[in-house]
Amino acid sequence: MNDAANTTRQKVLAALAGVAPELDPNELDPQQNFRDQMDFDSIDFLNFATHLHQAFGVDIPEADYPKLFSLDGCIAYFSKRPG
Amino acid sequence: MPSLGAGMETGTLAQWLVQPGAHIKRGDLIAVVETQKGAIDVESFEAGTLTKFLVEPGTEVPVGTPLAVIDGAGETAGSEVVKPEPVAPIERPHVSPVARRRAQELGVDIEALAARTGGSVNLEDVEKAAGTPHKPAPVAPAGMRQAIAATMARSKREIPHYYLAATLDFSAVLNRLQTMNASLPVPERLVYGVLLVKAVALAAKRFPEFNGYWVDDHFEPSERVNVGVAISLREGGLVAPALHDADGKSLSILMREFLDLVNRVRAGHMRSSEIAEPTITVSSMGEQGVDSVYPIIYSPQVAIVGFGSIVEQPWVVSGKVVATRTITATLAADHRVSDGHRGALFLAYLRQLLEKPEAL
Repeated sequence: MNDAANTTRQKVLAALAGVAPELDPNELDPQQNFRDQMDFDSIDFLNFATHLHQAFGVDIPEADYPKLFSLDGCIAYFSKRPG
Repeated sequence: MPSLGAGMETGTLAQWLVQPGAHIKRGDLIAVVETQKGAIDVESFEAGTLTKFLVEPGTEVPVGTPLAVIDGAGETAGSEVVKPEPVAPIERPHVSPVARRRAQELGVDIEALAARTGGSVNLEDVEKAAGTPHKPAPVAPAGMRQAIAATMARSKREIPHYYLAATLDFSAVLNRLQTMNASLPVPERLVYGVLLVKAVALAAKRFPEFNGYWVDDHFEPSERVNVGVAISLREGGLVAPALHDADGKSLSILMREFLDLVNRVRAGHMRSSEIAEPTITVSSMGEQGVDSVYPIIYSPQVAIVGFGSIVEQPWVVSGKVVATRTITATLAADHRVSDGHRGALFLAYLRQLLEKPEAL
């Protein structure tokens, strides 16, 4: 993993920890949906998107939300749109 | 010690949030009380100067026990009264309800721990401090489960429920949400639950026999519409605090209050008026993939509206079958107060509001 991807990953994990402090990043399946893994509801996701929006400094259209449902999805999305 | 919900007999004063000498306004947060439902921030019913604590932190007392003396402005006003020193607000540690409870069990000083961790304390911090290994288990604390069991058993025993369900076209709500959210920054976007709350509030205002309390063998309708929202806690359990006066608030204000409420509740900062004052409740299952929910009324309320998950299904519009996103609303109401005919009118109005959501 290159430096840029690693930074992106750290920012996404920090945003996740802001919503689910009990999360152990080592137990996270990077491909699986957050909702199924961590019982995210709509407010959790809104908080998560807000943390991402602040960490990367980019607007995230609501239509893009489905791309942010997993760790790998987030990394792919923000690698293309670096903040 | 205020009564924070039906069935509460005692509460433990966990922490004072003010110091003697503080000027208190009605509604100011003055103490944290530990109940079976978790920690609740208690608001003052009185205005004046807090002169004396009557209960020390850590003490369990029956509901109705005075916690402190607050002198009203009239009583202490006089030429000899010394103006009390302005009191610096106490920094509030951010402690999850389960962490607070566990700290009590393990004898960990939560304030000292919060000072070390920089203000935020979770279950793991508490167990580390106590030297106990962390066992991840998403099971509600025993007290919370008991409180839910007691409330629900009483409701099932005492309230003659009847249920009515209606599946409705939800696409107009979702389209409206999409349009509104397209021009809003991420933190201000709306979730559809807020439109459900507003619609139920307006229906409750129009049909007063679903909005209020059953007390002393009669129904007391409420002028205000305070919609309780069922919120699941990350570490297990359920609470249903109120969004006050939801019928008269805009969607953006309701959204801000809803977000604030959920985040505070999950951080262990629910307020006493929120837990004590809902007049009707909404329970939405979100994206859990259930078609419908048959909720139990929170005594002493007389109605609750449940919403299943959004389901895309064949739907007939003007004689043609189209794929449409739908949601099923279920009204559970108290037969001592209303009957199925009025319940059907309530649901029909709810359908009208949600299928033409411009009025919300």
